Amino acid sequence: MDLAVHLRSAVCLLGRFPALAGADLDVASGETVLVRGANGAGKTTLLRALAGLVPVVEGEAVVLGHDLRRDRRRLRRRVGLLGHASGLYDDLSVADNLRFWARAAGRPVPDTDPALARLGLAGRLADVPAARLSAGQRRRVALAVLAVRAPELWLLDEPHAGLDAAGRDLLDDLVRSAAAQGATVVLASHELDRAGSLADRAVTLAGGRLVSDPSRSPGPLATTPPATTPPPEPEAVHVA
Amino acid sequence: MWRDAVLVAGKDLRIEARSRVATNQVAPFAVLVLILFAVALDADRRMLEQAAAGLLWVAVLLSTLLAVHRAQGVESAEGTGDALRLSGLDPAGIFLGKAAAVAVQLLALEVLLGVGVVVLYDIDPAGLGTLALTAGAATVGLAAAGTLYGVLATRSRVRETLLPLLVLPVVAPVLIAATRASEAALAGDPLGAASQWLALLGVFAVMYVGFGVVAFGPLMEET
Repeated sequence: MDLAVHLRSAVCLLGRFPALAGADLDVASGETVLVRGANGAGKTTLLRALAGLVPVVEGEAVVLGHDLRRDRRRLRRRVGLLGHASGLYDDLSVADNLRFWARAAGRPVPDTDPALARLGLAGRLADVPAARLSAGQRRRVALAVLAVRAPELWLLDEPHAGLDAAGRDLLDDLVRSAAAQGATVVLASHELDRAGSLADRAVTLAGGRLVSDPSRSPGPLATTPPATTPPPEPEAVHVA
Repeated sequence: MWRDAVLVAGKDLRIEARSRVATNQVAPFAVLVLILFAVALDADRRMLEQAAAGLLWVAVLLSTLLAVHRAQGVESAEGTGDALRLSGLDPAGIFLGKAAAVAVQLLALEVLLGVGVVVLYDIDPAGLGTLALTAGAATVGLAAAGTLYGVLATRSRVRETLLPLLVLPVVAPVLIAATRASEAALAGDPLGAASQWLALLGVFAVMYVGFGVVAFGPLMEET
């Protein structure tokens, strides 16, 4: 099995606090995995670590073939992260933001037009400064940036937050489309029904560790507590 | 690296063109500093003339803090700093681009302040060649050092107060050398009279550009 993500006893510190405290996780290339867990469980830190933004200080961590303990920087161009913040420059228009991030990623600028149209941002909205957008519209622009960058690994942190019904449908289409084209997706969400419908399987984080991997079956995911879930498949589950 | 630098500089200058922070806030602040000095020293016109070069560069220095703070501020809001790191852009290119954008704004400001000194302090403009060389070298040094220490301060929760504490002592040699070179120029001395100060400005600029190219990447990282 070709692994996009391989973590063994991975530890990440926020200050002195171990936000990831020995996490084990394997994600196959092309797989879509939902990470669930209570607030403060370490979901955001896990995604930021997989993006190469937070250093892994102990354990093994290999993402898309890059050892995160040695070489985080070269991984980043291949990864897209949709975090809580939009990553947009307030004073630039929607189109300018998209063009800048496309150029930065080495993508052709004309690729931005289909992305704008796909996310419902074409026309008048394209010339509006990002500062004047609603939270949901900013989210759409951030998704358009991801679509233009077309990363190999999509890391989505509460991706449905702030989006209206139409926006949520667009997001789901985008994620399914990326997965169909071979991208690997790891998403963290509290909206288990919605996000679960996108995922091949779910894992649960608690106290900075992966504590369960209850299912590899597609469709809505069970929210059964880890102790009552069936035994996980060995190559994908590592109880920390 | 150069492609990335041009991209980042273009982005930062576009942001400034749209937000007009440099024209609506930084420039009026700098002119206000000149006016306040003029008011404070007006009773002694001779002292004002003698101090004109130093007052000009103090105004530039204070404005540099605002420009650098603004340049780093756009990278700390809305997760743009993380997005920049994820973009795969060369950190050296990011440094050069951001420093170049600050330098362009400072050069425009120095022209404005130069006119202000001539008008407000009744200075006879002389030695324009030396003044241009001084402005160029000093601006590169200020922009490079400011951008480098700016990214350091960005990681702090008290960056507004930390930035002046970091930058002002470091750029003191620029203030001294630029003032001395400008005084020589305004006195109508030949270029050779300011050469040692120009050399100091050049060394400072080269040192901080080189230092920034090497150190900016690690300084951008979370530790």
